[in-house]
Amino acid sequence: MLAVPEIRVQHAPFDFATECAGFAAGRTDLGAVVTFCGIVRQDGAGQLQQMEIEHYPGMTERALQAIADEASARWALGACLVIHRYGVLTPGERIMMVATGAAHRADAFAAADFLMDYLKSRAPFWKRETTQHSTGWVAAKASDEAALQRW
Amino acid sequence: MKLDILYFAWVRERIGVPRETLETDAETVTDLVQELSARDERHALAFSDLRAIRVAVDQDLSDFSAPLAGAREVAFFPPMTGG
Repeated sequence: MLAVPEIRVQHAPFDFATECAGFAAGRTDLGAVVTFCGIVRQDGAGQLQQMEIEHYPGMTERALQAIADEASARWALGACLVIHRYGVLTPGERIMMVATGAAHRADAFAAADFLMDYLKSRAPFWKRETTQHSTGWVAAKASDEAALQRW
Repeated sequence: MKLDILYFAWVRERIGVPRETLETDAETVTDLVQELSARDERHALAFSDLRAIRVAVDQDLSDFSAPLAGAREVAFFPPMTGG
């Protein structure tokens, strides 16, 4: 059974354990589930006070759906979930998660990796970091763009 | 044609508003950028280096040569940093 990707864009926190437990629950055709969770990381100097994530309502959901549809088609996923938060988050908070389910682990791992690469630089989110001394937009990394080339 | 123009992240901050509506005859995104840049210094500054800006036409990632015929919404923003 091919996946109908589930996409959620929300400010509210999500319960990672609950999402993992519920993902693909009851499915007997999926031998592999891979989950990834992104977390707001404190900087080396311990200065980060908050990270604010801005997004483009409407396009965000469309872009995530398109990326998840592409992943589902390439790796014949049986289940796919993407949750991404926006708004003000603090170090240690969960930003986003993906979960993929497939018959075998290679497909589930590859699809999760693909989802992460694409949603980093093809979904309309922008991060702004605020420390005690300054605030600024996080610049996109050339390595993030380069990561898309391997797919 | 009436277009909704949206701005995000530092592009929004430089322009000073999150959105504006424009009556325009611009045929491509490039034409639209030129028209906006000619309006005032804020727009000119925001669009001064187009390599740092991405564009979406009707919520699909696009490029500056894209035609605008039939478009309703154009958004300008920096390279995305999700995940």
